[in-house]
Amino acid sequence: MIDAPDFSFAALSPLLLVLGAACIGVLVEAFAPRDVRHPVQVGLALTGTVGAFVATLLLAGTREVTAGGALAVDGPTLFLQATIAGLGALSILLFAERSLDPARSAFVVSAAVPAGSPRDRELVTTQRVQTEVYPLALFAIGGMLLFVAANDLLVMFVALEVLSLPLYLISGMARRRRLLSQEAAVKYFLLGAFASAFFLYGLALVYGATGSVRLRDIREAVTAESGGVLMVLGLGLLVVGLLFKASVAPFHSWTPDVYQGAPTPVTAFMAACTKVAAFGAILRLLYVAFGAAEWTWRPLIYAAAIISMIVGAVLGLTQTDLKRMLAYSSVAHAGFLLTGVIGFGAGGDGSGLAATMFYLVTYGLTTLGAFAVLTLVRDGDGEAGHLSQWAGLGARSPLTAAVMSLFLLALAGIPLTAGFTGKFAVFRAAIEQGAWPLAVVALLASAVAAFFYLRVIVLMYFSDPVADGPTVGVPGLPTTIVLAVTATATLALGILPGAVLDLAGRAAIFVG
Amino acid sequence: MSASLYLVAMIAVPAIGAAAVAALPKERGLLAKQVALGVSLVVLLLAVLSTMAFDPDGDRFQLTTSVAWIPDFGADFALGVDGIALVMLLLIGVLVPLVVAASWHEADAGPRPARVFFAWLLLLEAMMVGVFAATDILLFYVFFEAMLVPMYFLIGSFGGPRRQYAAVKFFVYSLVGGLVMLASVIGLYVVSTSQLGEGTFAFDALRQLEIDPDVQKLLFLGFFVAFAIKAPLVPFHTWLPDSGAEAPIGGAVLLVGVLDKVGTFGFLRYCLPLFPDASRYFAPFVLVLAVVGILYAALLAMGQSDMKRLVSYTSISHFGFIALGIFAFTTEAATGAVLYMVNHGIATGLLFLVVGMLISRGGSRQIGDYGGVAAQAPKLAGAFLVAGLASLALPGTNSFVSEFLVLIGSFPTRPVFTVLATAGIILAALYVLLMYQRTMHGPPRGMLLADVHGGDPTPGTEPARSTEPAQGTHPARGGASAATATVTAPAPARGGVRFADLSRRELAVVAPLIALIIGLGVYPQPLLDLIEPAVVATVDDLGAPGGTDR
Repeated sequence: MIDAPDFSFAALSPLLLVLGAACIGVLVEAFAPRDVRHPVQVGLALTGTVGAFVATLLLAGTREVTAGGALAVDGPTLFLQATIAGLGALSILLFAERSLDPARSAFVVSAAVPAGSPRDRELVTTQRVQTEVYPLALFAIGGMLLFVAANDLLVMFVALEVLSLPLYLISGMARRRRLLSQEAAVKYFLLGAFASAFFLYGLALVYGATGSVRLRDIREAVTAESGGVLMVLGLGLLVVGLLFKASVAPFHSWTPDVYQGAPTPVTAFMAACTKVAAFGAILRLLYVAFGAAEWTWRPLIYAAAIISMIVGAVLGLTQTDLKRMLAYSSVAHAGFLLTGVIGFGAGGDGSGLAATMFYLVTYGLTTLGAFAVLTLVRDGDGEAGHLSQWAGLGARSPLTAAVMSLFLLALAGIPLTAGFTGKFAVFRAAIEQGAWPLAVVALLASAVAAFFYLRVIVLMYFSDPVADGPTVGVPGLPTTIVLAVTATATLALGILPGAVLDLAGRAAIFVG
Repeated sequence: MSASLYLVAMIAVPAIGAAAVAALPKERGLLAKQVALGVSLVVLLLAVLSTMAFDPDGDRFQLTTSVAWIPDFGADFALGVDGIALVMLLLIGVLVPLVVAASWHEADAGPRPARVFFAWLLLLEAMMVGVFAATDILLFYVFFEAMLVPMYFLIGSFGGPRRQYAAVKFFVYSLVGGLVMLASVIGLYVVSTSQLGEGTFAFDALRQLEIDPDVQKLLFLGFFVAFAIKAPLVPFHTWLPDSGAEAPIGGAVLLVGVLDKVGTFGFLRYCLPLFPDASRYFAPFVLVLAVVGILYAALLAMGQSDMKRLVSYTSISHFGFIALGIFAFTTEAATGAVLYMVNHGIATGLLFLVVGMLISRGGSRQIGDYGGVAAQAPKLAGAFLVAGLASLALPGTNSFVSEFLVLIGSFPTRPVFTVLATAGIILAALYVLLMYQRTMHGPPRGMLLADVHGGDPTPGTEPARSTEPAQGTHPARGGASAATATVTAPAPARGGVRFADLSRRELAVVAPLIALIIGLGVYPQPLLDLIEPAVVATVDDLGAPGGTDR
């Protein structure tokens, strides 16, 4: 007879709330009449994500391993789950914006209709909106919440798939420039499937080497016999699979295309939430399972951090499309985040974990805000993403330009913005662990990256407006909330970051 | 208000003022200017009050405040001044109201509303005060970097034709330096963690550390690169001529007069006391850079045809003198260097302001577009002459005292460098007097020629240069400035002559600076009394003065 595993439903409540809301969302899609679907779905999605956020706050201080040892609910899990749920709720608000696009939504009405067909042209002007995207996004958020809690490689793999599959789908649902969007979805899916295969193969090898998929058992096995070729190879493949999701160079090649093609609210969601989830899993895998065999992964992460920072900063310079530029910025920031991962000492000492988690919060908020601004600036054919179209925006729409400048300065890491505090935290952690060459590379890469962020400010403020340039839409309530929250947080975490840093510091202990 | 809050108020008042000015509605441009002027005068008042509350023979840091800021990093919001920082605050207090008054009409001509200009100016003032008043190194770093943003927008939004290039170059150069310094700041923190048990950024605690000489060298270089870019020393100087030339006059005055002093201030406040061994080790290299800078920049200044670039190059030359005084490691030389920082702010500030007044009339930055100005605008020419003479350190002007102190202070320890530097004085006389002579005397040229033709043609004028170069070079700015000039100057008596002498507003701007130049030239003692104890403490931190042993 098989014993049912012990479930601590309280500890899993954030997860259950989001996945429950997603399931109800599917039912709503099937049974609710079309004209009430949108408000109901948005309400449901917000209830799920905000509820999960509140639940993580109520759970603060919990440290337990549940679901038969497959899930760990500890400080890092809850901190990252709160981050994902919070950023997820903000993303849902961006999804729900209905006043910017003349067709009332950023998502295609019927994704199955071939692009450019007569039926498609008919649907372009319709007022109908697509609501499947909300349950799909909820499933992705649920997957992410599971991903950062996974204490078992198999659960981690399942979570990886649960978060990825809906993302592949919603990437292809842009209302405008549909072919670009579909191409992005296919690319993301193919490369993502490839990365998942790497992860799965690595999992099998590690199982072969250690005889278990539980992180705790793996650690014991690694400590006992310090691993063989099989284990090192398996770890390498696992890490590749995760670095792909975190868009770390050299596994980043999907990032610019997918970020550019996907509907901008989805890009914002991916940039903010997927990054948090992927880094949560990387941290847990490396420290809980392989903390005793640091020599196996430190060089790998060290190299990936340097490559990622350089590739992101240098290629970012050459971009002329804002979404692609922010994609390369995301690659560079993944490198900075890995600097924080390196800053986590062997015995769990050092401030690396807290610094990385804090950086994830600041980066998530800032990048979400930046993409939210992108949705405002539009021309006749949807969003005006080309850099040249942003010339002179400061004169025409001072507030939008000012908010965008704030986000760009934060991404560049200028003091008194959240970006500086985050960078300072990860660099300090790295230097404390003696990785100062890495920190110096990171500082130089920051300087290079600052150049392309500044270029946008130059265009907005110091260039003359172009004739027939884009218009700046008046955002509805949802986008206004997102902009207000992200901009306030970007400033607040730059000027008085003490409270959140302290929270991250206290949360930064893994349960084994 | 208790004395310890003066410094906090000096940061808070302009910062709040900036927000208030920015929030004013578009059509209240005049009110924005009045608020800006009022706020900057309040800061001046606070600076004077701070000076009165400061006891030169008391503790090293006075008027201190300290509040925990980011406990996780061990960083405090800690303010306090020694004599060196205090005189810089006084300089800021004096210069900003004058800059506001001098820029009264300049911002009107630009494409962006004037209140934005004044809002950035006030924010810049708050940051500048913060940078000199911080006694926590992380706080210093934050102000050091954040200070770039207002200046970036001032240059980029209100500057000359190549303002985009200049603004980005300024920002990227400074940011690179700043980031290298950040590595050293964190490095210091790590050292303090291992020696004190708990990481700190407090200057007083870090000064007590015994850092391994090899580590010192690395950390020193991090700080040095940032400050050498800021100061700027050759070969890190190439951004300054571009920024100085393209910045609006008010921005240029603060850039060269105050912002760049952060570099030399940083040498004194951070490099010398924190890394004494490394400072002694690197001193010869720094002195080579300083002396090369004095001579090279002076030569380049002579070759400039653009007045704003010329003044920028003279500043690079002067910064060489300051660096020489600091790295000579004697009390006299360092006192002279600090006094030089103040005097250079006054003299070059006046020079920039007068050049700006000239440009606003002639619509061109080229020396070749002016001639015979003295005949039509004697007051302008007079102010120009005083600024020029102060810049070349004529005895009787303020700069003479400081330059003399630097040279006699450096000679005992560094005779060769000092003798070489002295050649810079001769070059200074050349570039200043040549510019003065070409623009103020001789036959009228450029704009003046047009005026003469428009009014009463004088026989014997040289008709070779037409107005073309003046207006053809910078059509947009030329037109705008001409409009400014008509606003500035009262309608001339003789029809057609537009080249007016200084208006009452402009006289009010230059008069205080001229008074300071003469006053401090004759009686510099009050400033020296403030500076000297702090300099003695700094040189003490360094160990044996002037020696190579410890």
